Amino acid sequence: MKILVAVKRVIDYNVQIRVKEDGSGIVTDNVKMSTNPPDDNAIEEAVKIKEAGKATEVVAVTVGEEKAQETVRKALAVGADRGIHIKVEGVIEPLAVSKLLQKIVDKEKPDLVFMGKQAIDDDCNQTGQMLSALLDWPQATFASKIDVEEGKLKVTREIDEGLETIEINTPAIVTCDLRLNEPRYASLPNIMKAKKKPIEQLNASDLGVDINSRVQQIKVEEPPQRKAGIKVANVAELVQKLKNEAKVI
Amino acid sequence: MSVLLIAEHNNKELKAFTLNAVTAASQIDADVHVLIIGNNCGDAAKAASELPLVKKVINVEAPYYENFIAENFAPVIIKLAEGYSHIICSANTFGKNLMPRVAAKLDTSQISDIIKVESPDTFVRPIYAGNAFATVKSTDTKKCVTIRPTSFEACESSGGSAPIENADADAEFSLTKFINREEIKSDRPELGTARVVVSGGRGMQNGDNFKLITAIADKLNAAIGASRAAVDAGYISNDHQVGQTGKVVVPDLYIAVGISGAIQHLAGMKESKIIVAINKDGEAPIFSVADYGLEADLFEALPQFLEELNKLNTIQK
Repeated sequence: MKILVAVKRVIDYNVQIRVKEDGSGIVTDNVKMSTNPPDDNAIEEAVKIKEAGKATEVVAVTVGEEKAQETVRKALAVGADRGIHIKVEGVIEPLAVSKLLQKIVDKEKPDLVFMGKQAIDDDCNQTGQMLSALLDWPQATFASKIDVEEGKLKVTREIDEGLETIEINTPAIVTCDLRLNEPRYASLPNIMKAKKKPIEQLNASDLGVDINSRVQQIKVEEPPQRKAGIKVANVAELVQKLKNEAKVI
Repeated sequence: MSVLLIAEHNNKELKAFTLNAVTAASQIDADVHVLIIGNNCGDAAKAASELPLVKKVINVEAPYYENFIAENFAPVIIKLAEGYSHIICSANTFGKNLMPRVAAKLDTSQISDIIKVESPDTFVRPIYAGNAFATVKSTDTKKCVTIRPTSFEACESSGGSAPIENADADAEFSLTKFINREEIKSDRPELGTARVVVSGGRGMQNGDNFKLITAIADKLNAAIGASRAAVDAGYISNDHQVGQTGKVVVPDLYIAVGISGAIQHLAGMKESKIIVAINKDGEAPIFSVADYGLEADLFEALPQFLEELNKLNTIQK
């Protein structure tokens, strides 16, 4: 069984982002970049399935500019076997990404495609579902538990009401939640070894899909800032303020 | 132009956030049609027909629609989409799971999780966990939009009498099977719609200590929330999580106890009307968004808080 894992390079989740003064976007120069956190869970799960003897190959794929390759390299350092980097400049929408990934799926014929449930930059939460629609495959989104069985998966999904379990036949798409597993760190020897693993480079423009933007970004602005209020001296003052000043209890 | 709103329901009743989605839909265009897909869901369709903002209800029933599998729902929506300029759904786990499957088939670039309608093609949406707001304009002819329910008021729920039409079911998608759903049953208000939320973080130290939170929540008829740190540490189940990857809440009163205020958590609660922070670390970022901050050991403060509440003659419910 082959597992394809899609990973995205985003601003590191610990960075306090800044809006550009001209409102054209977010400052990304000299900002620490990392793999989108739930994509790390997706890689981890694929590697674990391979280690359990249920998969034979894990292929990491990313769509992005030159430096996005670092994200694939990191996936190789934690256990992916080889990588694919689809080069594209500038912002690319989930619909376009899913069309590019469809081309890779057509060529690689994986049994499973894993990715994070959502990228923490645009917060779109679309790519996995869109790819599964384009392929007419089953989808299991927001996965917090995956059991691999013969020709199918049993997946527990985190939904608003609690947990839902579904069974999907392979080939299938799974989008991973942060609680699926605890991603490992790459060891130094594995980082060195990963440098020798192959990464195939492709240009998005060679794949024959329409990746033009359909959504124009008019402006990006800071959200209205909430002002810090006051510190109260003790619990009695707090309750008195809530009752008589804020009138919420 | 007409708007097709995919209702979220439980086959008997509309889910509360469907009313917020109707408000958002009506801001795009007055001709709002509600689509109910389910099994024996006539009561939900009737409830939708009573919303004064709704002009028509379309009801589609089949046994395999019982459990809201996106693979089954999408073909129904795609077939009906022809007559509509916009397809709308709430950006909760139901809509997040479903809408991209519809959008991709319609070759439309979806606009996720909008908080404001500027015009029928221009919307405001949070990015980077709400640390920036982007104004975006869709150039697609057919627009697929999910809305953040807490950013729109609930619409009136009675007084309307829209016609209900039945439409044909589509074929079943046999590769996905529903097994079960473990719904967390509770007598408390739902986290997403509660007037008061009391949340605990890593400072609670263990799951047992959440009983201190529970006691306050009982008194205030509040929902119980938690930070991701508390959920990851196993103190409380994930359906209580408030934040970027959990629920976004906008209660009248949000009480954050032992929560430092990571960016991810603030994204889920900073639009609350009144925020109270109780934390022994006076430098914790949560204080920068709190209307009332109490720098104190929560294990002393919470029992005192309960005592003070007991002294009050009346408490709002």
